Amino acid sequence: MSRRVVITGIGAVVPGAVGREAFWRLLSEGRTATRRITLFDPAPFRSQVAAEVDFDTAAAGLEPRQVRRMDRAACFAVVSAREAVRDSGLDLAALPPERLAVSIGSAVGCTMGLEEEYVVLSDRGRKWLVDHEYGVPHLYGYMVPSTLAAEVAWEVGAEGPVALVSTGCTSGLDSIGHAVQLIEEGTADVAVAGATDAPLSPITSACFDAIKATTPNNADPEHASRPFDRDRDGFVLAEGSAVLVLEERTAAERRGARIYGEIVGFAGRSNAYHMTGLRPDGREMAEAITVALDRARLDPTDVGYVNAHGSGTKQNDRHETAAFKRSLGAHAYDIPVSSIKSMVGHSLGAIGSIEVAACALALRHQVVPPTANLHHPDPQCDLDYVPVTARDHSMDVVLSVGSGFGGFQTAMLLARHGSAAAAAGRSGS
Amino acid sequence: MNSARAEEAPVITGIGITAPTGIGVEAHWSAVLAGKSAIAAIERFDASGYPVRLAGEVPGFDAGTAVRPQRLVSQTDRWTHLALAAAEEALADADVDPAGLPEYEMAVVTSSSSGGTEFGQREMTALYQHAPSWVGAYQSIAWFYAATTGQLSIRHKMRGPCGVLACEQAGGLDAIAQARRLTDGGARLVLTGGTDASLCPYGLTAQLSTGRLSTATDPERAYVPFDAGARGYVPGEGGAILVLESAAAATARGAGPGYGRVLGHAAGFDPPPGSSRPRALRRVAEQALRAARLDPADIDVVFADAAGVPADDRAEAEAVTALFGARAVPVTAPKTLTGRLYGGGAPLDVATALLALRDGVVPPTAGTLRPAPGLEIDLVTGAPRECALRHALVLARGHGGFTSALVLGR
Repeated sequence: MSRRVVITGIGAVVPGAVGREAFWRLLSEGRTATRRITLFDPAPFRSQVAAEVDFDTAAAGLEPRQVRRMDRAACFAVVSAREAVRDSGLDLAALPPERLAVSIGSAVGCTMGLEEEYVVLSDRGRKWLVDHEYGVPHLYGYMVPSTLAAEVAWEVGAEGPVALVSTGCTSGLDSIGHAVQLIEEGTADVAVAGATDAPLSPITSACFDAIKATTPNNADPEHASRPFDRDRDGFVLAEGSAVLVLEERTAAERRGARIYGEIVGFAGRSNAYHMTGLRPDGREMAEAITVALDRARLDPTDVGYVNAHGSGTKQNDRHETAAFKRSLGAHAYDIPVSSIKSMVGHSLGAIGSIEVAACALALRHQVVPPTANLHHPDPQCDLDYVPVTARDHSMDVVLSVGSGFGGFQTAMLLARHGSAAAAAGRSGS
Repeated sequence: MNSARAEEAPVITGIGITAPTGIGVEAHWSAVLAGKSAIAAIERFDASGYPVRLAGEVPGFDAGTAVRPQRLVSQTDRWTHLALAAAEEALADADVDPAGLPEYEMAVVTSSSSGGTEFGQREMTALYQHAPSWVGAYQSIAWFYAATTGQLSIRHKMRGPCGVLACEQAGGLDAIAQARRLTDGGARLVLTGGTDASLCPYGLTAQLSTGRLSTATDPERAYVPFDAGARGYVPGEGGAILVLESAAAATARGAGPGYGRVLGHAAGFDPPPGSSRPRALRRVAEQALRAARLDPADIDVVFADAAGVPADDRAEAEAVTALFGARAVPVTAPKTLTGRLYGGGAPLDVATALLALRDGVVPPTAGTLRPAPGLEIDLVTGAPRECALRHALVLARGHGGFTSALVLGR
C-alpha cells in the first residue's frame, strides 16, 4: 500500500502577520500588507513598494547568537519551523532523527546578508578586490543558500535528508513536493518543509526594475498588487516564509494528529521557452495540472478552489487563466480562483509554501481567501477571481500553482482529510 | 530512494566535463591518470592580496566559442557557461538528439552551491558605484541558483519536471538521485550534475570565512587530504554534466548500459555542532549500499569526500574503516588535482568513478604522500592501480553537515 502524506503543522512569517493565526485573519479579512518600502531608502528605484514583515527577532524568540549569524531569510525559516512543529503537537525528540527530513525552498537565498557585507567589504563598490580581513565569520553562510536548510535542520534536530530546493519562484511548491516524495518513497517519516525568502534589498529591487517586472504604482502602495485587474502593472516584491510539518498519513492518524489536509498530487513541468517570458497559451502549466490530477486520480471537476500564482503581471495573469481553462475545461468557470499575492505580495521562492499554507487553512476553514484590489477585471481574465471579499465555500480539493523565472511550472493538489477525494488514492510519484 | 534491481537502475550514457583537469572527458581522464595537477596561481583576478592564492581554474575555457547560443555569454554567469558547454558534450557523448524524444519525458536537475557569484559582484558594483539603473536586465536571470537548469531546459527543450538542489558540496549527488527519481517516475532522460564558479574576489573572500581553505603556497602540497600535512583545501571551478537515462529508454535506443548504472543513494545530515551524536557519513554510506542491494564486499573503490581538514579526514577514514574494515577497500580522491568544485565537485567525482569502472583502474590521490598515522584506509597514491572494478561508492559532504553517498555499478 502506498504511503500518503498529510499536513499536521503550519508556521508562517508573512507580511502583515507573524504567525499562522494572524496570517489567516489577514487573508480572511482581505487586508493588504503592501506599503512603501521601509527596509531601505527606495527613492532611487522605479518600484518603491513592497510587502514587508514587521519582524522583531527577540519577540519571535530568536537568541542573540542566532540573530548575529542568521540572514533575515534564515530567521523567518527558523521561526516558521518552530511554530509548525509546535502546531503539529509532534514530539520530535521521540523520533529517530535520521527519519526526519528537511526540505526548504528559496529563490535567492541570503541576498540581504550577502549584499550588506558586500557594501562593507567593497567600500560601497569602490574595491573590486574586496577586503577579506573584515569579512564576518558567517559570510560563506550567506553565499550558499543551503544555510537556510541547515539552520532549520539544526532547529528541529533533523539527521535525515536535508535539501535546499531552488527553482526560482516555484521553489516553495517544489520544496514541499520534494519532501512529499521523500515520505512517499519511505526515505523519511516526517518532514519539515517550506520556503523562505527575504529579498527586500537594493540589488533585488534594481534587478526587477531593470526588467520592469515590479509595479511602478508608488502613489498607492496599499493597492499596488492587483492580480487579474485591468489596471495591474507588475508584481509587488515581498518577503516571508511558511513551513509545514508533513507526516506519513497512518502515523499521523494513529497519534490522533489534527490533519489540515493531504497532499494528493504534485507535478512540475518547464516551458523551455524563455527565462522570464510566458507563452499566452499556458500549455506547460496546464500539463503540470493535468499530471497532478492524474497522480491524485482526480478529475478536473473534483477541484473546488484554485490558489493562483496571480502575480499581477499581465503576461502571468493571462498565461495562467489560459492554463486553468486548458486543464480544467468548462469547470474552470465554475470554481473560485484567487491570488493571495494581492495581500501579501510576491515573496519569490517563499510564496509557494505560503500559498500551500493558505490552501491548508482554506480547507480547514472552508473559506476561500479573496483577490484584494480586484475592481476592474481584465476582460481577458474571465474566471471567478473572488474579488475583494473572502467567501464561505465548501471544498474538498484545492489546487495551488506556481510559475517562475527559468520556466518552471508547478501544480500541487491538497485534499480535505477524510474526504472521498483523499481516499481516491495517489499512485505515488 | 526506492531500491530496485540493478538491471532496472538508470544508466549514465553521456558525460561532459569542464574542469580544471581539462575540457572534455578524455582530457580530464588522461590528466587524472597522469596525476597532473591543475592547481596553480589564481589568474581570474589579482589574488596577490589574499591569503589563498591557489585554485583550480578551467584552462583555456573560451565562453565565446563554447557557449551556444552566443547571446548567453553575456546573459549568464561563468558557472552557467561551464554547464552549458559540458551539457553539449554530454549529449553528443550519449549520441542522443533531444529533439527526437518526448518533451515532457526529459528534464534537467542540477546542483548549485553559490549561483552566479561573479556576475552578482559585477552588478552590485554597478549599483553601488553608480545607480540602480546601471544594473543590467540579466542580473535577474544570471545570479539565482536556478539559472543553469533554466537555461539548459530552454536550450535542449526539456519540459519535464526540472529541479535544482543547492545542498552545498553534497548537492551534486542529491541532484543525480533526484534525476533517478524522475526516471523511476517515467522520465526517459535527465541532464544532471552541476558546476560552480565562484573564483572572483567576493566569492573567494566568502570562502575564506570558513577557515577551511589551505593557505599553503606550494601547489603540489596545498590540498593533501588524509595526509599528516593536510591544512585545508584549495577551491576550484567547473564540474560535470551527465546524461542519465532510464534503463528502458537507453536499451530501446541501443545505448545499452552506457558508462554504468546509478544503483543507490542516501542522504543525511550531521547532528548540530556540539552534539555528542555520531556524524552521518557512516550511516549514509550504509544506507546507500542497502538501497543498491549490495554488501560492503561488493564495493571495489571508494571516491572519498576528502575534505583536507584533519578532523574531517579522520571522521571520513573512520567511517570507511567502520563500514569496510581496515584497509579493506581502495580509497581515492582525484579531486586533489582540481581543488573542491562545490556544486560541481561530486558530479565530477561521479564522472571520474564511471571512467574508472569503464577502464578497470583506480586513479591516484595526487599530492597526498600517505595517510596520516591512525587513518586505516588503503589510499591509492602515486600511480593508478589497475584492478577489476564492479561497483564504486562516491561520498560527498557539504558545509553545515550535508552528507550524501551514491553507489555506481558497471
